[in-house]
Amino acid sequence: MQLAAATAAVLPFTGARGFAQQRLTQADLLKFEPVGNVTLLHITDIHGQLTPLYFREPSLNLGVGDARGQPPHITGKAFLQRYGIPEKSADAYALAFEDFEALAKTYGRIGGLDRAATVIKSVRAERGGDRVLLLDGGDTWQGSLGALQTKGQDMADCMKLLKPDAMTGHWEFTYGEARVKELIKSQDFAFLALNVRDNDWQEPVFEPYKMFERGGVKIAVLGQAFPYTPVANPRWMVPNWSFGIREDDVRANVEKVRKEGAQLVVLLSHNGFDVDRKLAARVPGIDVILTGHTHDALPEAVKVGNTLLIASGCHGKFVSRLDLDVQGGAVKGFRYKLIPLFADVIAPDAEMAAAVEKARAPFAAELKREVGRTDSLLYRRGNFAGTFDDLICAALLQERDAEIALSPGFRWGTSVLPGQAITMEDIHNATAITYPAVYRMTMSGERLKEVLEDVADNLFNPDPYYQQGGDMVRCGGLGYTIDIGKPAGQRISDMTTLKTGQAIDPKRDYTVAGWASVNEGTEGPPVWDLVEHYVAKQKTVRIQPGDSVKIRGA
Amino acid sequence: MTLMINRRQALAVGAGAVVLAGGFSVPAFAKNDSAELIEKFTGGKKPADGKIKLDLPEIAENGNTVPMTVSVESPMTEQSYVQEVLIVTDENPRAGVATFHFTPQSGVAEANVRIRLAQTQNVVAIAKMNDGSLFTTSKQVKVTIGGCGG
Repeated sequence: MQLAAATAAVLPFTGARGFAQQRLTQADLLKFEPVGNVTLLHITDIHGQLTPLYFREPSLNLGVGDARGQPPHITGKAFLQRYGIPEKSADAYALAFEDFEALAKTYGRIGGLDRAATVIKSVRAERGGDRVLLLDGGDTWQGSLGALQTKGQDMADCMKLLKPDAMTGHWEFTYGEARVKELIKSQDFAFLALNVRDNDWQEPVFEPYKMFERGGVKIAVLGQAFPYTPVANPRWMVPNWSFGIREDDVRANVEKVRKEGAQLVVLLSHNGFDVDRKLAARVPGIDVILTGHTHDALPEAVKVGNTLLIASGCHGKFVSRLDLDVQGGAVKGFRYKLIPLFADVIAPDAEMAAAVEKARAPFAAELKREVGRTDSLLYRRGNFAGTFDDLICAALLQERDAEIALSPGFRWGTSVLPGQAITMEDIHNATAITYPAVYRMTMSGERLKEVLEDVADNLFNPDPYYQQGGDMVRCGGLGYTIDIGKPAGQRISDMTTLKTGQAIDPKRDYTVAGWASVNEGTEGPPVWDLVEHYVAKQKTVRIQPGDSVKIRGA
Repeated sequence: MTLMINRRQALAVGAGAVVLAGGFSVPAFAKNDSAELIEKFTGGKKPADGKIKLDLPEIAENGNTVPMTVSVESPMTEQSYVQEVLIVTDENPRAGVATFHFTPQSGVAEANVRIRLAQTQNVVAIAKMNDGSLFTTSKQVKVTIGGCGG
């Protein structure tokens, strides 16, 4: 029994925000005909965002190998067509980048933990708390000024009020092993990660799974942390822990929980969507994978064999509700809704709103401090570039007097609309990490190519198990051509210095400024300081999407 | 629990004689000697797929010390047992990584070591049974510069 996904109310574009809000109600967003005996609520990749925000979905998200052209590797109009979402509707605004600037003015900000709390409490009340599991896919404690300053405490304190049943992690680990353990101890729920082991004896560091009973169904939730944390993030921050996909361990744990009587097996995963799609095809016995890490928001479940894959977006824009009818140890039916948290439509939960205000109070002045303004949309998502990253690269080039800038292809970071002030909160939303030093060093042209090839393979290796899930490293002052269909080491060509139009000389040394180096002892000022200085000097920035990366093989 | 299992695995390794190859003393430009080592080990006979399993990460957390477990599904009796397992790489300056020698007294044909990988490459394992039959498997391990994950 496959029930059609009930998506949010579909609205015509009116151009008048008040009118649009009038037509969209909280009841519309929460409307859901319950099915079966169990409800899973999923929220993931909040990245330290406590309050409603603007977040433009990617314009480019290319898939390779079996994932080519498959969700989530469709964007814009193709995405809207695939899911039957009318252009300029509320759903179109939440899920796709088309007309983002105009629709942002119509539909306003999305997200906020107080709105999430309203939805979660409402579902628990309607369904009965004893039928509901709330699962947090991780990347929760990092990504904002407050989260960085409190080492995740602000997020942990607020999330605690949502009463999640379990979580897993990724950026959490960049606070270091001791801090992660400390925060976990302060929480009432399980931190699950079956794929993290200690280096010496390969012993499990965290609980691999937890058994729950909801709606009379015995449910096993297995946790899978981001497999490449010590590769994509600094190894020295988690020196004693070893990660990896560990497919055999997933398989063994699924078999174990089935033997222990689990009637429903859920993998709470931070693998990234394509990794989970492959995993679902190779490991039998998983009913649901709640995916994360790659920040995909899909309005329908993706079915791989008997496994349902759910993609709940990021930054607290959405809460996923998945109702399941579990009978005799099998899922007989389901209904799914990706609920967009339109901040002007959903009433904030008073308890959470107070907690969020309290959490932000110590930094209130710094958060709202205006550094400059933008005349153009600043956003990050896209495989190769985003205007916020162009801004960061421009700041690196100028403030560190470099020929070339490298900025990591992170997928988190909020958007700033044309005409808005750029605040310190905005800058931190794109940069707040525990290893922010901006290095300045020389690299040969040959080394630069190696770096680009290395990152390109993390994104475009046709085998998802060899992908790391970020986007391509952003380059300032450097253009190139990429053929995503070529094998590792052969994708990048025509590397050019943008300033002179000259080809990059493999033998010449170039002055490079970059941040988020995974090497211990990297020295330099924090990136947010440089961006602040640069924006303050510019007063108003205007950045149009560039064309310095030519794409082939897509 | 896992601690005990791993100690047992370590003992299994101890029960066999392990020959670990040396470091990277040969310049990395020439194609390495993996074909010769395999030829010497197999006597030119083509190994079959199956029975042998390599447990390696898809992407190494540290190329200088990559945890590897090799295991062969086989009885370990006087009549039928795994004699030797050869591990080679196709891009390290020197292909040879290790040769594990087993006897029926090893109890289980499984070994657990750390290996060093100079770059992204395939690791190849070949098992030789006491009847001379051969089994092989391989796995690519990516060694990256690191950084930039989402």
